[in-house]
Amino acid sequence: MSIQEQVKKIVVEHLGVEEDKVVPEASFIDDLGADSLDIVELVMAFEEEFGVEIPDDAAEKIATVNDAIAFIEANKA
Amino acid sequence: MRRVVVTGLGLVTPLGADVETTWANILAGKSGAGRITKFDTEGQKCLIACEVKPADHEYGFDAGKRVDHKIQRQVDPFIVFGIDAAGQALEDAGLVDAPEEMRLRMGCSIGSGIGGLPGIESESLVLANKGPGRVSPHFVHGRLINLISGQVSIKYGLMGPNHAVVTACSTGAHSIGDAARMIRDDDADIMLAGGAESTICPIGIAGFAQAKALNCSYNDRPEQASRPYDKDRDGFVMGEGAGVVVLEEYEHAKARGAKIYAEVVGYGLSGDAFHVTAPHPEGYGAFRSMEMALKKAGMTPADIDYVNAHGTSTMADTIELASVKRLFGDAIGNVSMSSTKSAIGHLLGGAGAVETIFCILSIRDQIVPPTLNLDNPDEGTEGVDLVPHVAKKRVVRAALNNSFGFGGTNASVVVKALED
Repeated sequence: MSIQEQVKKIVVEHLGVEEDKVVPEASFIDDLGADSLDIVELVMAFEEEFGVEIPDDAAEKIATVNDAIAFIEANKA
Repeated sequence: MRRVVVTGLGLVTPLGADVETTWANILAGKSGAGRITKFDTEGQKCLIACEVKPADHEYGFDAGKRVDHKIQRQVDPFIVFGIDAAGQALEDAGLVDAPEEMRLRMGCSIGSGIGGLPGIESESLVLANKGPGRVSPHFVHGRLINLISGQVSIKYGLMGPNHAVVTACSTGAHSIGDAARMIRDDDADIMLAGGAESTICPIGIAGFAQAKALNCSYNDRPEQASRPYDKDRDGFVMGEGAGVVVLEEYEHAKARGAKIYAEVVGYGLSGDAFHVTAPHPEGYGAFRSMEMALKKAGMTPADIDYVNAHGTSTMADTIELASVKRLFGDAIGNVSMSSTKSAIGHLLGGAGAVETIFCILSIRDQIVPPTLNLDNPDEGTEGVDLVPHVAKKRVVRAALNNSFGFGGTNASVVVKALED
């Protein structure tokens, strides 16, 4: 499974949204109905799944699905 | 004085995911008990419980029907059960899309005895094994007892009193009684009131077993384990689920043409001031709770046709029974008294609400539910109709529910067929 597909799966599972809504430019808060606590949870799930560490200042910059994918691609071991 | 009536009901129990299925199964004498399926019981003394059945079961519970996927993931099952039962009650009362002006005067009083024990247990393991940075950000508000009331108020826009009782196994009865008073005192016109519980998890079962409260000797015969008043009873069987009623001010209900099930006429409360887990041996607290409820109702024991007993299938059953006998005197010959915990187990903080709903249905249908497994009635049961094994058709004008909890807390609720 590609990083994109894995991220999509995690977002669908955590936010309970339709798969086709999870497009690269989708904003977690504005388009996918997340609140700030959901983002904390998503970030934890990404850390677990991809074995990366996402520091708080980096996590704050993750607003869209693409932001998450880009961070993981750049930092994955 | 403002009168309080019941205009909606909602149930999630081990015998059904709605009111009518549960009630039909209760009257048919079915048992909701079985071997625990929710977790590996390796090393536990107690291997049985009355679990709410999964969605694919004949009378299973589909969480997705009324609770968003996201919320299901974030909160403990007791909150999911509570939201669903509250939704059922609102639908039944025709109040799902109430106008804003009405919703300003609609509140919630839905409690729990213990709250989110399974989630506390599992997140404690996350903390121990993976560290604080892996604890869920939804941990706290997904486990708190008042978050049934909180979630329900957000989902349905209910802006009146937002309250949650925590009185162990008396919670459901106290929730209904307190909410009725809020309506009487003009704090609200409508209250969703009840209780929910879901503590069938390793630490919940181990904790109650260590307290010597759970039945641990019928692991091979789960359906026979809950046997209130029987000589061979040996502790309660844990149940789970929720019961919620819509309480409404009488004139308000009449004005909108609501279906009225019954009137809440009496509420009594007392403390044993005796022991943390054992009831007072003379049943003094139970007696005073029932006595107060009857006094508030302006009734005598002769007016009560059915008592849904606390009757947990422990040694305490005969203490409650003795206090009922003492209070009722000669009227004991008329009353029927049963324990539906024989069928669905002990729903702890949900019990008083679920059982008050059974009282209301016994009035509606003029039938009283049975006490299962009452094969050899214990000493002290003579002269009392405990409705052994099979439901019984009879006149039911008014009914009383008893609920008693750890800490020596007692509550009694009296419901009555509506009279103008």
